Amino acid sequence: MWDYSDKVKDYFFNPRNAGALVDANAVGEVGSLSCGDALKLMLKVNPATEVIEDAKFQTFGCGSAIASSSALTELVIGKTIAEARKLTNQDIAEFLGGLPPEKMHCSVMGQEALTAAVAAYTGEELDEDDHEEGALICKCFGVDAGMIERAIRTNKLTTLEMVTFYTKAGGGCNSCREPLEELLADTNKAMAAEGLIKPEEAYVFGAAPKPQKKKAQGFVIPDMPPAPKPPAQPSAPVQIEPIQIAVPAAAAPAPVAVVEAPTPAPAPVSGLSPAKEAIVVSKIIEEMRPTFRRDGGDVELVDMEGSLVLVSLVGACSGCQLAASTLGGIAKVITETLGRPIRVMPVAKS
Amino acid sequence: MKDTALPPVYLDNNATTRVFPEVVEAMLPYFTEQFGNASSIHAFGAEVGGALRQARKSLQALIGAEFDHEIIFTSGGSESNNTAIRSALQVQPGRTEIITSAVEHPAILSLCDWLEKHEGVTVHRIPVDKLGRLDLDAYRAALSDKVALVSFMWANNETGTVFPVDGLAELAHEVGALFHTDAVQAVGKLPIDLKTTEIDMLSLSSHKFHGPKGLGALYLRKGTRFRPLLRGGHQERGRRAGTENAPAIIGLGRAAEMTLSTMAEDSARMIALRDRLEKGLVQSVGHCFVTGDPHDRLPNTATVAFEYIEGEAILLKLNQAGIAASSGSACTSGSLEPSHVLRAMDIPFTAAHGAIRFSLSRETTEAEIDRVLEVMPGIIAGLREMSPFWTEGGAQPDGFNPAYA
Repeated sequence: MWDYSDKVKDYFFNPRNAGALVDANAVGEVGSLSCGDALKLMLKVNPATEVIEDAKFQTFGCGSAIASSSALTELVIGKTIAEARKLTNQDIAEFLGGLPPEKMHCSVMGQEALTAAVAAYTGEELDEDDHEEGALICKCFGVDAGMIERAIRTNKLTTLEMVTFYTKAGGGCNSCREPLEELLADTNKAMAAEGLIKPEEAYVFGAAPKPQKKKAQGFVIPDMPPAPKPPAQPSAPVQIEPIQIAVPAAAAPAPVAVVEAPTPAPAPVSGLSPAKEAIVVSKIIEEMRPTFRRDGGDVELVDMEGSLVLVSLVGACSGCQLAASTLGGIAKVITETLGRPIRVMPVAKS
Repeated sequence: MKDTALPPVYLDNNATTRVFPEVVEAMLPYFTEQFGNASSIHAFGAEVGGALRQARKSLQALIGAEFDHEIIFTSGGSESNNTAIRSALQVQPGRTEIITSAVEHPAILSLCDWLEKHEGVTVHRIPVDKLGRLDLDAYRAALSDKVALVSFMWANNETGTVFPVDGLAELAHEVGALFHTDAVQAVGKLPIDLKTTEIDMLSLSSHKFHGPKGLGALYLRKGTRFRPLLRGGHQERGRRAGTENAPAIIGLGRAAEMTLSTMAEDSARMIALRDRLEKGLVQSVGHCFVTGDPHDRLPNTATVAFEYIEGEAILLKLNQAGIAASSGSACTSGSLEPSHVLRAMDIPFTAAHGAIRFSLSRETTEAEIDRVLEVMPGIIAGLREMSPFWTEGGAQPDGFNPAYA
């Protein structure tokens, strides 16, 4: 059973203003028996003031269609024609405390009936029928097949991603992925046959992109290009040589000599060049090494690429079950110091 | 249900049935005491194995299978249908066509749509007439040596119309095609004796005849070539991998025994109640009619189409009066198309949207039917009063000229 709000239930079981309005002077009729939804809205408009003094409805439809129709009459009574024109289907849905996505068309039908009734009163022409058609594909955003197909055709869309960008369909829970894919493939195929797109551009069912990686948590892998921008700072010619830090135990801040850096690691670290960051990282690891050595192991910095810090685990650290937390600890300190997410990865030392 | 002190009336037994208390009782020990895996060598497993064999025998009796190993337990009717159709295609390379009907359950139709669209299978959907009876000439014309499988339902879930499956199976065999029937609605309601038919495969579901949900079976005639859908274990003789759902199978066995033991008298009683309901509705409510084949249909199913009103609205009002039924209405499914079954029977839109299905069980009483007859005229009249296709004088389908159609 549908998840109807209490107000929808109330307006269905105790509909206000149901029945025929004998002295109506503005009538709007929408829907049909074949659609399973039809609404006749009858308004009594005061010609002098243009105020809608009374409104009644007759509806063929489900519970929410009847509730939407009844809500509509309540909303328009007392309004002027000009005010009634501004009413949208969202107003009807909100008045009822919301409608299930599959049932939003009931509120659309109400708005259309009102438009038709106002047009009948003023004698103006109705716009072309711009009814959304077809099955509801995306329930999260209430997008139906007709709208998606139009978006695909108008904008020559050929990927699922673009369909989502243009229509929102598939941007929520993703459970409509299969029908969405079928619709895109079918529409593209028809478009290729009509010569609207090249056959090789058409989306083929099942040609889905690679499975998505799990969303990064706490770090982003290719945060920076693997190699630093070459001409960024002409001052540093020897920028990133894989910074080999001291294989021998005592060789402390060896790399400092490699890069011409007057003040190696000033306190507020942000916007450092990759080379300077590497120095900072090497210092951090050097500072932490004594702790590891006490436990009979060692950690050496091998390389740094973007947000990836490669280290080599030696001695007791290698194969230690606590290696992961050791690396996590290093990553935490580096991340805090550099002010951007860093991942530390163990590698075999070449 | 809040507006009534009377107990609710459940008339949606084609959707699912109440599990018999005796069935629950039979199942319970197999959750906590006899919890063993039937495949195990120790005593825990052996006890369960014996109970499973008994349950298989009970189901064998219900469907009149010649051998108990012709039964493969599955997770339900949908799995049985999927297994049967895919297996038939796989064991007969070169045969790439399927014949089915336009009124099958979605478990068959949506799989056929998929196979047609993505796996190069040609599907013939045989139409039905206004009473829901199969177009035999169209069926004969579709048969050829390209057909791998013919799949017709035994009884329709919406109208209860019964297809003459034994005869249809013989026609299929004339061209060397396998024959499968989705008998989910028939098993437990109609006498079935498979050993006297040529049916190769039959799907059934436990919860349609007072057994637990999540269990079904595929009958596979001995000697029929077969490829399993699920691989990975020796269970069900390697035809359906996965540890047996022992409590459910034992429950199904008990439900089968109980259903079979009283089927004849239950049928007669349900037919009398169903006819009372249909006659009463047609007499007290104008502009409505009974759908389906009056000469050959399930004893428990009455689908009545009420003109100029919509099914979901009727169901909501019935629910308020404490009565549970169902509809093939578009609005309960979220699409704008009414039931594919009623449309295939060429029932006009004026009535197809307002079709209500009452499905009885052997537990349904005369008092319950009378409650429906009591409230229904008021519900229908109230909704018709609100319908733009209706005035005090009656139906006015032409008095309505919509701006958007």
